[in-house]
Amino acid sequence: MALLDIQHISKSFGQGEVLRDVNLKVEKGDVISILGKSGSGKTTLLRCINFLERADAGTMVFDGQEVDLHRAAKKEIDGIRKKTGFVFQNYNLFRNLNVLENVTLGLTAGRGMDKEAAKEKALDMLGRVGMEEEKDKFPSQLSGGQQQRVAIARALATDPQIIFFDEPTSALDPQLTDEVLNVMRKLAEDGMTMLVVTHEMGFAREVSSRVVFMDGGLVVEEGEPKSFFANPKDARTRSFLRLAESVKA
Amino acid sequence: MSQHAWETVVQAFPQILGKGLTMTIPLTLISFAIAMVIAVVVAMVQFAKIPVLTAICRFYIWVIRGTPLLVQLYVIFFGLPSIGINVDAFPAAVLVFSINEGAYGAETIRGALESVPAGQLEAGRCVGLSYLQIMWHIILPQAFRTAFPTLGNELISMVKDTSLAANITVTEMFFQTQRIAGRTYETMALYLEVAVIYLLFSTVLSLLQKAGEKRLAAYGRQL
Repeated sequence: MALLDIQHISKSFGQGEVLRDVNLKVEKGDVISILGKSGSGKTTLLRCINFLERADAGTMVFDGQEVDLHRAAKKEIDGIRKKTGFVFQNYNLFRNLNVLENVTLGLTAGRGMDKEAAKEKALDMLGRVGMEEEKDKFPSQLSGGQQQRVAIARALATDPQIIFFDEPTSALDPQLTDEVLNVMRKLAEDGMTMLVVTHEMGFAREVSSRVVFMDGGLVVEEGEPKSFFANPKDARTRSFLRLAESVKA
Repeated sequence: MSQHAWETVVQAFPQILGKGLTMTIPLTLISFAIAMVIAVVVAMVQFAKIPVLTAICRFYIWVIRGTPLLVQLYVIFFGLPSIGINVDAFPAAVLVFSINEGAYGAETIRGALESVPAGQLEAGRCVGLSYLQIMWHIILPQAFRTAFPTLGNELISMVKDTSLAANITVTEMFFQTQRIAGRTYETMALYLEVAVIYLLFSTVLSLLQKAGEKRLAAYGRQL
């Protein structure tokens, strides 16, 4: 059974339909890149899965548990959030806490872990993203790339079954983008299940196991990266990829 | 200034300062502490948009900010006895000052809460914290930092405003000064003297406020 199976999700903001009956399946160990223009609904999809936005309709089976995306109760939502991680475009590190505290808070306050154990675990996670030496710094003292790596460590620390990435490198310059993508690549190699909204074609092509292309609130095309990039079937996919190529060149 | 005026000022100094230390300062600190509890609760109710309670909080703020502090003191101290409720002068003053500053403080803190980016709350939810945990560990500390200078100013205002309590027979600094002035007729000298002591208190608080701001700035240098 799929780890995450989203069915018939739809969402409107006022008059605008942002998601129209989207379905998406994620198997354990999948790294799925969601591509699409701004406004195609990809970020909203991620936010609805983690209940940062309330979908208008749809169901989701996550880790064997079925939830109504529109009507989910607080308890169900809390349960899902405890088993997932989320990485934001603009990092959203807790500004009043240092790097170490940013990672431990979800363990101590969120899960009742004792302080020492949480610290040990956090240092381990910070090591994985190469940030243990900055553990006493505050977010404002770090570069964007460093902040995003801490945000990834924060998401990892709670042992999520899946991590959602919402355009994790869009706020970064190319050099910093690479340091974050390298961390994500390593996670993928370690078998972490990831759902990544991104504009990084290189990442989608080389790292992901599946690519999903969205346009106008619909999943237009999906497939393995090789065939997706070599033989896109839909005209919208082709025009998107052509544009992405020309921007890069 | 005449010999008599100087002698009066010198003799009055410990008496006025004494009332300042035993009445004005405790009245201010007790009232301000209670006011902060009211302010945080009222601000959080509005921030969380809890239906009926938010309307009640808005009403409270509207009434308190729209009426003079002196009138509020009179209503509680002189008004309540006429319907059979007697309150002593000092508790009446504490009550009025806390409720009054609570309304202003609530607005300051609400503004500060709203200035914390929404992403902080979302990130808290995503690492599995409850709403109250997010408020306690993340939103309130950041808001407190933003609100600190304004709350400091409000505290300094309150020290001066406590002189109004003289009107309801609280024997604080200004009341004491009026008494001595009535006896000695050295009005100019004595009222200037009490003004200087208020100035002294305000200055000490301003210095503490500055030191506090510096400390908060060192912690993280956010923004």
